[in-house]
Order: sequence, then C-alpha cells, then structure tokens
Amino acid sequence: MSNAISRDEVAKVARLARLILSDEELDLYTEQLGQILEHARDMNSLDLTDVVATAHPFGLTNVVREDEVQPSLDRDTVLAMAPDAQDDRFAVPSILGEAP
Amino acid sequence: MKSASQIAADVRSGQTSAVAELERTLSVISERNDELHVFLHVDSDGARAAAIEIDARIARGETVGPLAGVPIAIKDNLCQVGVPTTCSSKILDGWRPPYNATVIERIVAAGAVPVGKTNLDEFAMGSSTENSAFGPTRNPLDPTRVPGGSSGGSAAAVAADMTSISLGSDTGGSIRQPAALCGLVGVKPTYGLVSRYGLIAFASSLDQVGPFSKTVADSALLLEVLAGHDPRDSTSLPEPAPSLVAHVADGVAGKKIGLVRELFDGADESVVAAVHAAADALREAGAEIVDLSIPELGLTLSAYYLIAPAEASSNLARFDGVRYGLRVDAPDVTAMMEATRTAGFGPEVKRRIMLGTYALSAGYYDAYYGQALKVRTLTIAAFARAYEQVDLLLGATTPSVAFKFGAKTADPMTMYLNDVFTIPTNLAGDPALSVPFGTGEEGLPVGVQLLGPGRSEAQLFAAARVLEIADGRP
Repeated sequence: MSNAISRDEVAKVARLARLILSDEELDLYTEQLGQILEHARDMNSLDLTDVVATAHPFGLTNVVREDEVQPSLDRDTVLAMAPDAQDDRFAVPSILGEAP
Repeated sequence: MKSASQIAADVRSGQTSAVAELERTLSVISERNDELHVFLHVDSDGARAAAIEIDARIARGETVGPLAGVPIAIKDNLCQVGVPTTCSSKILDGWRPPYNATVIERIVAAGAVPVGKTNLDEFAMGSSTENSAFGPTRNPLDPTRVPGGSSGGSAAAVAADMTSISLGSDTGGSIRQPAALCGLVGVKPTYGLVSRYGLIAFASSLDQVGPFSKTVADSALLLEVLAGHDPRDSTSLPEPAPSLVAHVADGVAGKKIGLVRELFDGADESVVAAVHAAADALREAGAEIVDLSIPELGLTLSAYYLIAPAEASSNLARFDGVRYGLRVDAPDVTAMMEATRTAGFGPEVKRRIMLGTYALSAGYYDAYYGQALKVRTLTIAAFARAYEQVDLLLGATTPSVAFKFGAKTADPMTMYLNDVFTIPTNLAGDPALSVPFGTGEEGLPVGVQLLGPGRSEAQLFAAARVLEIADGRP
C-alpha cells in the first residue's frame, strides 16, 4: 500500500507550520500521518459529489454591535506577560535582513 | 462527600462556612495531589480570599448565588486573571491571563470558589492526560490506570473528593470520556449554549465547556450557571439560559429513546451489557426503546480527525513567541518562531498541527478537509432524521473501562479510536452526557451516553436521573 503522505511532504508541512523536525521525527511522523490519512480514505466509500460542505454546526452569521468605544485589556498588564516589550509594543528579533 | 447543592445550602443556612468547605478541599488536595497529579496549580490564597468574602456577604445578610461557597476545580485551558494557565503545554508555562473566561465570571458570580487549575492532555489533544507536558494524572479509582482525557484532571478532582464539581471542555469527548472512566456525570452542552470566551481554542467549531459532578442534579445546577448568551462569543446562542434543575425529576414516561447500534458496536462485553441494562431501566420507567442504526456515524472518526486538526493548526498559529508564553531566542524572527514552537509543543500537538496544515494545504484541501466537511453535513442530517423518530439516543460513552498507562500509546490511531462513540455529537453540535451505569472489568465504572437534539439538555438530565436511580444512587 502506497503511503498516503511522503517524507518530503511531511518536511514541507513542518516548514509551513514553523516546526523543525529531526530525521527520526520525519520518519516517525511520515509513518503516523500516513496511517491517519489512510484511515481517512474510508470517507471515499461514499459518493459525496452533491453533498454541501458544513464548516459549522449551526452556520455562522456576522454579529455586529454599535460602534461604541469600550474598555479593552490594560496595555501594561498584557505587555508584562510578553517575552519582550519596548516602547509600549511587543518586541521581536530582526525581521528585515533575513535570507531571501 | 457532600453534593454541590448540599454544600451551597449548608453555607447559606450557616451550618457550615465557605472557609470550612475550602479548607476541607485544600486538605484533601494536599493529601493526594502528589500521588494523583490532579492540579497543576492550587490557588490557595485566591480561593481563601473568595471564601472569606462569601462568608462575609452571608454575615451581612446579602443574597448569595446557587453555588455559594462551593469549591470548584478548573481545567487549565480556561483563563483566570492572574492564575497560571498552561493548557499543559511548555509553550504557555508561566503565563498568567489578563482576563477571565466568561465561565469563570459566571461561577464566581454564583458564589463558587475556584481552587485551582487541573491537568489535561496538552491543548486538550488526547484521551488519557498522558499528553500533558507536566506528566499524567492518575485515576483515583485505580492509580495504575488513566483517568481519561483530555479533561482528566477535572474528572479526577471530583472522583478523589477534592471538589464536588469541576469544569472541563469537550471537543470530541473530552468531558464525557473521563467522566465515564472516573464514574462521574459529564456533560457536553449544545454548541453555543456556554460561552467559549476565555477557553483557549483547540477546534473552535467543536469546543464546548461543560460540567463534571457525582450527581445528575449537580451537573444540571452547574450548567444552569454556565449557560446563557455572551456578546463576547460570536457563536453564543441568543436565548437566555434554560431551566434545567427544575426538570431533573421529570422522568422518561412516554419518551421514545433510540438504542443506536453504531454507538456500542465493538465495545467490551461489560460495556455493551451496561448499555442494554440502561435501555431496560429506561423502558421500565416508561420510555419506549427503539432499535436504530445510523450508518453515517461510522465515518465520523475520520472526518473529526481532519476537521479538529485543521482548526487546531490555525488556532495554534498564535503561539509564536511574540505576545505570550515561551520564547526561544534566535537571530531573526522566523528562526525565533521555529525554535519556540519546536521547543514548546509536545509530540501529539505537533502531529495534529502538521495533519491539519496538510489537510488544508493546496492540492489536498478537497481530498481531505473538503471531504470531511461533507461527511459532517451527512452526520448532521443523519442525527436530524433520527430525532424525527425518537426524542433521545442511547449508546456507550467509551469502548472500555479505564485502561492502563501506556496501553494505547503505541500509535496515534489506537488512542483516537477510543473517541469513536463521543465524536459524532460534536460534529453535529448537539448535546450529550455520560452517566455511570454498572461496572465492568475489575469493578471499574462504565458510563452510558445519552444524546439529544440541540437544546435538549433538560430531557437528557431527566433521563440520566432515571438511570442514576436505577443504578442505586437515589
């Protein structure tokens, strides 16, 4: 039985998800994700061509309210729990200048 | 151990005090928490202040709520101001939320005393608490076995008589399954009945907060406090909270209850026997039992294990080392995010993030996520057809009694299959509960599951109460 997902695909997905995997982890996840996706193929036993997809049990509608100013979280309290903050903002390492 | 309603009545009448009840809880926790690993954090100071305040209000003759002075345990994926909230993940270790979940505000307004945060599978992904980054919780009924999960700590808190009630969350069975394995009542409410504001999201279209308790009446009491519209949750149902406690003794006379083959087929013999015995008990109480088959339910496990990871991969993108929790330093921002997420997430969370990312990615979306959403449509329609014929459905909660540590960790599918009976109702958005009924292997409790259409909680509690009485807990 062909594996439902290849090692290269797992490596690509890990990059997309911002996860770094060791060679052993790549092997393991390739096998495990393959198993899960293989099980998911039982859905192909049904003809679902004309079935409408449902993303949410009761359907979502936009919820709106009056455009009034309301209190929000206190900035200092929130920034106190951040890994790094500067000048009332979240601070991160360099964004520009990374490899192309 | 007194029930929550009894504690509240005794606190209000002055027979006991909120402080005395809290000290009893704290003393049981200090006796057993090292062994069982139920609480990740015990907020003794905050709880003592809350209990003193309740007693002072009673002394001043003020009105106190229906949970006055009742200690309650909180699953550690619910935000409580200033109290460490980790989701049992290293990525949130040390974080203290700047706001309260709506359910925390509601229980506190009702007079309850939150005593601390309970262990769970990391980000609620798992069925045994073995996926907690801080080590598993032990089942108080047999410490060589798991308490179930993901809300295993909240179930164990009640099973060990630390508290009479607790809060969990249920995305694919995470309240009902540990309730079954610990001999408790556990409820997954109708989607939208309880606010998700401040519940750290796993799969937003499936997650619901709900109660654990030893008695049916206590779960009804707690859910009545939790339920109701919240403008801060855009998926919150618009109507006011339903009346539940008043209907617990309604019985099942004249009700039609479907015994669903797909909701117990393949379970252990003792579990199947308990489901049939429960059907007999409901029949004796005046219900009509109808044998049903809902073949669509056979595909829900596959659909769930694409939909939930897909939503999780999106929800957990926010844990990137920028605004809260762990940061692993690196020279540029992308490397920092990769290093942080790699160090912060455990193996099951990484597995689901990758599975979800894959199911949503270009070229595979239609084949996996798209198919799963169509199966969801069929599941909803199949339940709706069943509820045209019957009022409620009956089945098993889990395929077996509590299992041993390591019994299902060899590969992910083995653990996932443990959720096969609880997952369908999450996809449909309908309510379901687990109530203890009989025993299985080694005298361990078996849970049977009652399911109903949206907003049928009052009927579910009434049927569960019938089973509670028939099982010898008048």
